[in-house]
Amino acid sequence: MPDLIRTLAQAPPIITDGAWGTLLQQQGLHAGECPDGWNLSHPEAVRQVAAAYAEAGSMVILTNTFRANRISLEPHGFAGLVHEINRAGVEISRRAAGPKTKVFASIGPTGKMLMAGDVTEEDLREAFSEQASALAGAGADALLLETFGDLDEAVIALEAAKKNGLPVVVSMVFDSGKHRDRTMMGKTPEDVAHRLTAAGADAIGANCGLGIEGYIPICARLKGATDRPIWIKPNAGLPEWQNGTLIYATTPEEFAGFAPELYASGATFIGGCCGTRPDFIRALHACLFPAHATRPEA
Amino acid sequence: MEELSKLYDAILVGNFKTAREVTEKALAAGTDPQDLVQKYMIPAMDEVGRRYEANEYFVPELLIAARAMKAALELIRPLLAARGTEPTGRVVIGTVKGDLHDIGKNLVAAMLEGAGFEVIDLGVDVSPDKFVTTAQDKNASLIAISALLTTTMGSMKTTVEALRQSGSRAKVKIMVGGAPLTQKYADEIGADGYSNNANGAVALARRLMTA
Repeated sequence: MPDLIRTLAQAPPIITDGAWGTLLQQQGLHAGECPDGWNLSHPEAVRQVAAAYAEAGSMVILTNTFRANRISLEPHGFAGLVHEINRAGVEISRRAAGPKTKVFASIGPTGKMLMAGDVTEEDLREAFSEQASALAGAGADALLLETFGDLDEAVIALEAAKKNGLPVVVSMVFDSGKHRDRTMMGKTPEDVAHRLTAAGADAIGANCGLGIEGYIPICARLKGATDRPIWIKPNAGLPEWQNGTLIYATTPEEFAGFAPELYASGATFIGGCCGTRPDFIRALHACLFPAHATRPEA
Repeated sequence: MEELSKLYDAILVGNFKTAREVTEKALAAGTDPQDLVQKYMIPAMDEVGRRYEANEYFVPELLIAARAMKAALELIRPLLAARGTEPTGRVVIGTVKGDLHDIGKNLVAAMLEGAGFEVIDLGVDVSPDKFVTTAQDKNASLIAISALLTTTMGSMKTTVEALRQSGSRAKVKIMVGGAPLTQKYADEIGADGYSNNANGAVALARRLMTA
């Protein structure tokens, strides 16, 4: 499907999905257990999470493959299952998505620092190529590089992902510096937008981080520095300890209340990251499409 | 000594070759290794930390400076150990049980070493008991715990409690950090301190040592 991103971007905003981790935990995933392994051991539980978002109004859902590169899977003993885990992840999301919802396959960073010599460029290239190829081969509509903190690693992953002929979205975390507007490695939204545009990203964005309000100016800066559509998926703030459990105190309504401004600042794709749930997606939908009783066609 | 100020500069800009060469020459010329640490190396890392907090330096600059510091420290450490010189403090550091993220923890460890602390790095996926028993065994006065996953933060609270139960609570301070952490959370679980960046962690560690 050529130009999928461009087509979607003609009818913004496109509502993406929310966090999967908490939902999987509600289904029994243990703290510290590798969620990606559940594509093989608990596919039905994973499908339910995917379906919950599709039903809540997500026009794009992701896949449970965020850690499914061989470097991140290694400590969990799953490095030999890269192909199987990624393939299963796409198939599960595909089944849950139905014909109208798009499936963007998630690729996360390796957690190793290139600059500290934890890993070589070749290691990264191989790991990302392996994962991207498995995801593309299984029928994903696009590939999403998300939660990257190192632009160098993101560019290596982007180049590997682009070899598969699918559109590639690249989303980074901006939470550092005096104004919390830089990546961990010190790059500004402008640095990121320029470099990723030159490297061929089909959409560029920001996810995770410190909350939705702070991502509005970052969205505007990304938009101002590229002609590519913008992808934003903020956290529901930071977690608090209340009554013996950790909760994200931002409500769906509070979160969605910022969505119109986010859209006005240039976001084409809007969703949520840590701390969000299907009710956040319903709230986004109500805020962004108040006239629609049901979700618009993607 | 003009030659020794080159050590300060080398660490500041992350030139580990020069840092090592100047240190070698200085030690061969009979310079007191403790002087090198206290007058040139720690001040250099303090300036690195200050620039990081002022957003002039970011993680890359921190990393190369820490690497230069380490190169110099590797030559000095055996000499200090042979003398029985005590470090600024002894810290047990690690990422909580169930969490494998270590970039932030590694940065804090590097900065603490740069500030003259002896750092015992337990790595990732560290149980509350392991933090506590290591601190006791190594006679450490600080435990520094990192978490990136919200789902594993609860283990920090368990570690504070394990320390209390062990009877060592008065002797060992606990500091916490990581992306989903807040001062409020640190207060709620009874930790002694929180910092949201590696340089703040050094200032906090120093403060906790004298508290």
